[in-house]
Amino acid sequence: MSWDDNRPMSPHLQVYNLPFTAMLSILHRATGAGLFFGLILMVWVLGAAAGGAESWQSMHGFLSSWFGQLVLLGFTFSLYYHFCNGIRHLFWDIGKGFELSDADKAGKIVIAASIALTLLTWMIA
Amino acid sequence: MKNLRSPLAKAKNWGPSGDAAHHFWIQRLTALALVPMVIWFCLSIALLPEVTYPVLVSWLQFPFNTIMMILVVIISFKHADMGMQVIFEDYISKQSIRITAILTVKFISYFLMAAGVFFIIKIALGDH
Repeated sequence: MSWDDNRPMSPHLQVYNLPFTAMLSILHRATGAGLFFGLILMVWVLGAAAGGAESWQSMHGFLSSWFGQLVLLGFTFSLYYHFCNGIRHLFWDIGKGFELSDADKAGKIVIAASIALTLLTWMIA
Repeated sequence: MKNLRSPLAKAKNWGPSGDAAHHFWIQRLTALALVPMVIWFCLSIALLPEVTYPVLVSWLQFPFNTIMMILVVIISFKHADMGMQVIFEDYISKQSIRITAILTVKFISYFLMAAGVFFIIKIALGDH
């Protein structure tokens, strides 16, 4: 079979409208991969703190810059999203919440909770 | 018949390595452990006042915080390297690149695990 025949192709990722649950699923992976880099940053921050007051000061300066704040905001949201959706996954692992309506409902809660937690954290901190 | 090897011998080393159930279990175990740890971590960090050097050091020198931070570093890197492994296994079809990517992430993770623990202990036991 060649690509230029007239038979319909199966939905391809670029043209396929992902259902809500599939978007949540890929976001779980994306935030997970992002958090790997967040962990690298965390060790870097610890290293700066271990280096003494001066090196902490320069790290603090970076984290307070607009770019540093943007990174921290991304880290906070990724962490809360991966955390909340991870709990959703753990419920599936014990065999609960497999109905599509439940998966959708839990997904909406996860999105709302991770946004709320992110905002709350940034208001306190 | 050109090849006398049995179907089993041919399939060996090409299929799953046999530790997927263990991988699955450790991924969930670390996930479950991280649930209370993430809550602790976020609350602790958010409730710190302006994170100046003395504030950070005295927080890390409190023994419970020292222990928890060491656990956070170790368990989250373990969870992360296993998660990255799954992503690579799903999306990289060429075996040599896939295995190189998996091993690279694992070695980086273990190095940073050790580095993180060292930094925490240095701060915790340091004379500040």
